[in-house]
Amino acid sequence: MTTVKLPTILRKFAGNEARVQAEGATLRDVLGDLETRYPGITKNVLAEDGGLHRFINVYLNDEDVRYLGSLETAVGEGDTVSILPAGGGGAGARPRPPPPRGKHPARRRVSAPATAHSLG
Amino acid sequence: MSRAPKFTEEQVQRYARHIILPNIGGAGQRKLLDASVLCIGAGGLGSPVAMYLAAAGIGKLGVVDFDRVDVSNLQRQILHTDADVGRSKVESALEHLRAINPTIEVVGHDTLLFSTNVFEVFEGYDVIVDGTDNFPVRYLVNDACQFTSKPLVYGSIYQFEGQATVFMPGPETPCYRCLFPSPPPPGTVPSCAEGGVFGVLPGVIGSIQATEAIKLITGEGRTLEGRLLLYDALHMDFQEVKIRWDADCPVCGKEPTITELIDYEAFCGVPARSD
Repeated sequence: MTTVKLPTILRKFAGNEARVQAEGATLRDVLGDLETRYPGITKNVLAEDGGLHRFINVYLNDEDVRYLGSLETAVGEGDTVSILPAGGGGAGARPRPPPPRGKHPARRRVSAPATAHSLG
Repeated sequence: MSRAPKFTEEQVQRYARHIILPNIGGAGQRKLLDASVLCIGAGGLGSPVAMYLAAAGIGKLGVVDFDRVDVSNLQRQILHTDADVGRSKVESALEHLRAINPTIEVVGHDTLLFSTNVFEVFEGYDVIVDGTDNFPVRYLVNDACQFTSKPLVYGSIYQFEGQATVFMPGPETPCYRCLFPSPPPPGTVPSCAEGGVFGVLPGVIGSIQATEAIKLITGEGRTLEGRLLLYDALHMDFQEVKIRWDADCPVCGKEPTITELIDYEAFCGVPARSD
């Protein structure tokens, strides 16, 4: 059995588990078994052509499978497969306004008041 | 032995715990005082990054943001207080950073970053720390750092999970595009506003980014270059995976196909609003 570490966005398919077990001799088999156990979970991992999406990384232990054998990478007993979506998140809350139309948008330098009065 | 770095009496007292610390010492503290760091974003990640770097005595600390402080930010963006709601984040950030350390130079850039202004904003900074929340700016900042040969300290968060690493300029070192060649199609990865974010999470990832920035400046220790640190707060799990240089990378590969900044909104499939 192989341990598969799931990112937050895929845990909903697996009863909110962060780690699940799947079986297979290659990564393709492991993902296939994962899909059988948790239908829908590989929808955003595998592209329509059957390959791995380029915005999802899959690691065998600590190595990116793109540098091993991609979906044909051999998976052994005790290996850990980690699925990692592109990290874009920060802490913002709203979408970006449109880009400025001018070629050289103005940059505003802001100086804070000399006295700090709003602490606390 | 190099000559002892000169400090004012005030600096000796303020940075005493660094100056006596092995691997930083007087020489390391001098480097910090002579360094300049740009924090992109004064939000969840930018808060601890900027606060710790200000406290550490980074000589010139820049903050870029275009947003205003919203009450929903205060659960995690500890640079801002309740009294700052409605203010420009940059204005609020500068005031609080000066309150932490009035002896350093803090510079605000109250603007969005675009291909048209990023080089101007980056000018004069040694290290860039990325605390943004969207893919167009991630790729823009990555490419701009590659083109200007500036080290980039990367961090990102989502719900209970975070990532951090360091991307160095130079041949055969990975960049953000080597790690994630393509952005996800819009709508497939929810934002923090949609998915929520654990308030302490940016504190952990931002503190790691501040640590890496300081190590880049002092040259001590081993940075996260070539390693992606993954953190799961819910299960208190730290994991490390390798980041390989991609010889086919369009920006830093052997035969680059992207040699100048592009339209990052279009690249990420974000429709440009016409209003």
